[in-house]
Amino acid sequence: MSVLLFTIIVLAGAFLAGLVGSLTGLGGGVIIIPLLTLVLGVDIHYAIGASIVSVIATSSGSAAAYVKEGITNIRIGMFLEIATTISAVLGAIVTVYINPGYIAVIFGCILLFSAVMMVRKKVDHSDSDSSGVLANFFKLNGSYPTAEGTVKYGVHNVAGGFVMMFFAGIISGLLGIGSGALKVLAMDNIMRLPFKVSTTTSNFMMGVTAAASAIVYLHRGQIDPGIAMPVTLGVLMGATVGSKILVKTNTDKLKIVFAVVVTFLALQMIYNGLMGKL
Amino acid sequence: MEKPGKHYFADKDIQVILGTLLRVGVIASMTVVFIGGLLYLSVYGNTGVDYHTFDAAKTQYSSILAIFQGMSRLDGRAIIQFGTLLLIFTPVTRVVFSIFSFLIERDYLYVLIGIFVLCVILISLSNKLVG
Repeated sequence: MSVLLFTIIVLAGAFLAGLVGSLTGLGGGVIIIPLLTLVLGVDIHYAIGASIVSVIATSSGSAAAYVKEGITNIRIGMFLEIATTISAVLGAIVTVYINPGYIAVIFGCILLFSAVMMVRKKVDHSDSDSSGVLANFFKLNGSYPTAEGTVKYGVHNVAGGFVMMFFAGIISGLLGIGSGALKVLAMDNIMRLPFKVSTTTSNFMMGVTAAASAIVYLHRGQIDPGIAMPVTLGVLMGATVGSKILVKTNTDKLKIVFAVVVTFLALQMIYNGLMGKL
Repeated sequence: MEKPGKHYFADKDIQVILGTLLRVGVIASMTVVFIGGLLYLSVYGNTGVDYHTFDAAKTQYSSILAIFQGMSRLDGRAIIQFGTLLLIFTPVTRVVFSIFSFLIERDYLYVLIGIFVLCVILISLSNKLVG
């Protein structure tokens, strides 16, 4: 395959990945990696390197919009970045010593988990109880603007959230994805933040987390310009178009259709990983 | 009651600056990647690709120094990598900026937290972590 053809195919695939990733909330990285490895036969280490760069682009791009709205809790973001940056660097260091087949299997499992999280009905656990000792010490309790005025919220189980974030960071560094599903789990279910705050804050943190592991990947030579260029440009364009459509569309049906596709991709990754085909 | 109001506005200003910083960083780096991409395709467009097995030795531009040397030769691949570097440093600059904004707010606990996060990233910059 010539460089030109490869670039065009990856660019188109990355655009679709970015588009669907932003419409379903799954993120572009989890879709582009199976595409590169299963369809185009790219070594998973190159796919991971290219994907992490696209994660920085999309998360910084959307964080730019969210931060201005004043919903993002910058303190929670900075506090949890302690956990995610350390673990992302660890994950990125370890990844090259692990058999690519095992990485594919772990990837498949995270993909399955993300599919479940995507279709599951979300329950808002947030309340205004701001008595948590750690939450007060780190000044994490906050408020955010809604149509009905400013709503206050309290942060719960800070230690549990921190540990979960550490795990999310390892996965992010290991697989080159944003691991948004794990981050939202930590923030929604463990720390019990309101949805809008958890999604925007997780997005805000993703850029720094991904940057920490991207530097390790760059030094190792996993970020190849020939793959990173079409992946990053494509995913970012797709995600930008997606965020424009998102406001006007109901994505419930799309999510179910897509959960099936993702499940298929996940099983394919696990199978190929176990068979040593990747 | 005036104080929390002022505090809110200070936070609001910081958020607007942070948002602008992130947006400018993404647009600037993607422009560089795009230009590098065109140059890369015009030179290497007809050569073959081989990404079947990862080989660290094949990647030329895996250090900041090598990227700058490649840019001086106007190599499209080096320009793409430089754009990627700009992108990587966009959220890092955001951390540096946050440290200063917390310093202005006299929130020293968060100044420390910010410096800690920055240190983790700086440590990852050293080549020694890569086996």
